[in-house]
Formats: sequence, structure tokens, C-alpha cells
Amino acid sequence: MLAKMPMTLFGMVLLSTALSFGAAVGDGAWLTGVPTREHAKTNPFRDQPDSISAGRRVYVDHCSHCHGENAEGTKKRPALKSDRVQQQATEGDLHWLLVNGGMRKGMPTWSKLGDPQIWQVISYLKSLHE
Amino acid sequence: MKLKQILALALFGGSVSLAPLTAQERPYFVTYSHEMEEPGNLDIEFFNADGKPPGANRFVGSNIEFEYGVKTWWTTEFYLDGQITQHDSTIFTGYRWENRFRPLMGEHWINPVIYVEFENVSGDKALREIVGHDGIPDFADPNAESRLDKEREIETKLILGSNVRGWNISENIIAAKNLANEPWEFGYAVAVSRPLGLKASAHNCTFCREKFQAGLELYGGLGDRYSFGTAFTSHYAGPTINWQSPSGVTFLFSPQFGLNDYSIPRLYRFGVQYEIDQFLSRFHRGEK
Repeated sequence: MLAKMPMTLFGMVLLSTALSFGAAVGDGAWLTGVPTREHAKTNPFRDQPDSISAGRRVYVDHCSHCHGENAEGTKKRPALKSDRVQQQATEGDLHWLLVNGGMRKGMPTWSKLGDPQIWQVISYLKSLHE
Repeated sequence: MKLKQILALALFGGSVSLAPLTAQERPYFVTYSHEMEEPGNLDIEFFNADGKPPGANRFVGSNIEFEYGVKTWWTTEFYLDGQITQHDSTIFTGYRWENRFRPLMGEHWINPVIYVEFENVSGDKALREIVGHDGIPDFADPNAESRLDKEREIETKLILGSNVRGWNISENIIAAKNLANEPWEFGYAVAVSRPLGLKASAHNCTFCREKFQAGLELYGGLGDRYSFGTAFTSHYAGPTINWQSPSGVTFLFSPQFGLNDYSIPRLYRFGVQYEIDQFLSRFHRGEK
């Protein structure tokens, strides 16, 4: 019985980690799971003039088939022009979501793009409300 | 060569008729990264290995692969294998079906993926992995004999991968079991790669740095259950590079070098990849 305890504990830790990262994406519940340090991150590409157009190119290649050509959303995936993305979520929140995804809700992780391209996409997304 | 030309034509025909997607695949031939296929996307890959074992005929072993993202955490893949041996024949060598599962949601320092494959092959020369005591003697038999040696195998891998500051680091631990009552065989593969440019360009470009990824790959056998170790098996290492064309087709190339007398001195690997986004939804009219 005692020998099984560490494995059970390990399993619970794994499960809780998985569940915390798998917080629902579409309903915005993921925002509550963003660590404070990630929440406060700022976009190093914010003031770079080309970052919006570069981010638009990355967006079209990787995101538009789910979220629409102009981030208007599709039948199955949310719009990214919403208040949640434009006002509630900080740049750091969006960075955290793109790196970790919301895999239980169909949102892949995009860590393979690398930080510079992820920040460029965020520049593009945040430009949509202006 | 005719078979290859037909397959290549089919791939390029597909690339013309379907909208391109930036695939951003890693330039690996043997090693798997932890990155899964995006849900709904179909990746078509055509990989080849060309080599000349000492005392045997030159060969080209080929796979055509269909990789589909079922879920964010589940990717399935079906392979058809074949090979051409100079002064011998061209044969279909079998098929493989693999599934990869990502048990942890989200991105971590090290991301595990569980890989399970069933393969039914004979006379295979594609060298998609090295296990047990694979080596030069496997290439000595003519195709007429080697194709009689049916291998029905279960192959499992623990894939570990990390993305750190633009670098991808991937490690695979392989365990394969021939279902014909043969011992478990083991192998490994490790690779590292990075895009030449991490930032995206603001304008369309063909040969800009972000379109290239380069890296190194190292893989080999680890013997079997009764004789575990790096001796009496083959090991290879080499640089690898890919380039993504503006149409979305990615080309890969890697010269690889045998690291001991059990290995083929030089292998030349080359491949073509093309990814079709939201493959099944194309058959639903009006639905995006």
C-alpha cells in the first residue's frame, strides 16, 4: 500500500498539471491559469514597424484556417477580435496561450514557432482593435 | 525510378491544386520531435535513403507517409515502403501504421510523447530507424531472398523534446519486438535543429533565412535483450537541412556518415513534404 503511494501522488500531480494547462480556451477560463510572471510579460516587438505585417503573415499561415482570414472566427473556433483577446488578455497572457495551447479544446501549442514569431503574431492580433 | 517519378508527380500535382500552408517541419529523417500534427491537417511526406554498402549493390529505400492530426494530443500516420536495388529489382516492402500520443497538455521543459507502431515489412532498406544489430550484413541478400523474410513488428518509442530559444532538441528511445518470438531490440536517435532566422519577414520571400532549418542528427542501435550495447550494430550521424518553398512544399537533405565498420559508410537522405490544412473539411461543402 505504502509502495503505491508515490506513484499515486505522481499520477495526481501529472493529472492536475495536465488539467491546469487544459483549461477551456473558448470560454476564457484559461486566463485564470496564466502565471503572474507570464501575465506581466510585454511584447519586445511592440514598437517595431514591421512586426504587424510580419505577424499577419504568420497568422495567415498558421491560424487563419481555424480563426478566419481576418480573425473573425469560424463556426468551430472563436473570433480573436473579441473583447477578451483585445482588452482582457495582456500580451503576456496571449504569449502564454500560444506557447502552451489549450490542447483539450483543440488549440495546439505553437512553441515551434519560436518566441519572435509568437510576439509578431501578438502584435498583429493586438492591432486589430485599433 | 519510374515509381519514384510517379510519386513525385503526384505530390507536386497535389501541391499545385491545393492551397499551401507553412509547415515549419523539423529537418529530421529518423528522429521524432514532440511536435504533433495540427488537428485536421494531413502531411504527405516522401523520404528516401540512398546508400552503397561495401560488397553489395547501391539502393534507394523510400517511404511515402500520410500523417494526420486527429487531436492536438494524437497524431496517426500510415506509411507505404519500397526500395530499388541496383542490378537487382524494385519491390514494395510493406506498410507501417503508427500513433503518437502526448500525455501532458501544455509545453514543458521536456515534453514526452508515446509512440506505438505496427509494421509489416520485408526487405526494407528505408532505414527509418536502427535497432538491435542492424548493419551491413542486412543488405547482402538479393531482394528475391530478403523479401521472403517477413517482419511483423511492434515498435515503441519514448520521444522527448524541448524547444529552447529557437532550438529544438529531440531524443528518442526505441524498443522493437518482432512478433515471431524474437527478443526485444533497442535503438536511439537524437537531433537538434534551429531555423536560420527566428523572426518572420514582413514581405513574401523565397530564400530568406526563416525558410531554412538546419541541424544535426545522430542515431543507431543498442543491441537486444541478450546483448545490450553499442557494439555489433550500426550508428550514423550527419548534418541536415530543409527549405520551405513559397508553394508550401518543403525539401529536405542530409548526408549521413557511418560511425563504425558495421555501418554503411555514407547515406544520402532526401525528402519532400507537403501539408494540407483541414483536409477532411474540404469534403464538406460550405463548411470551413
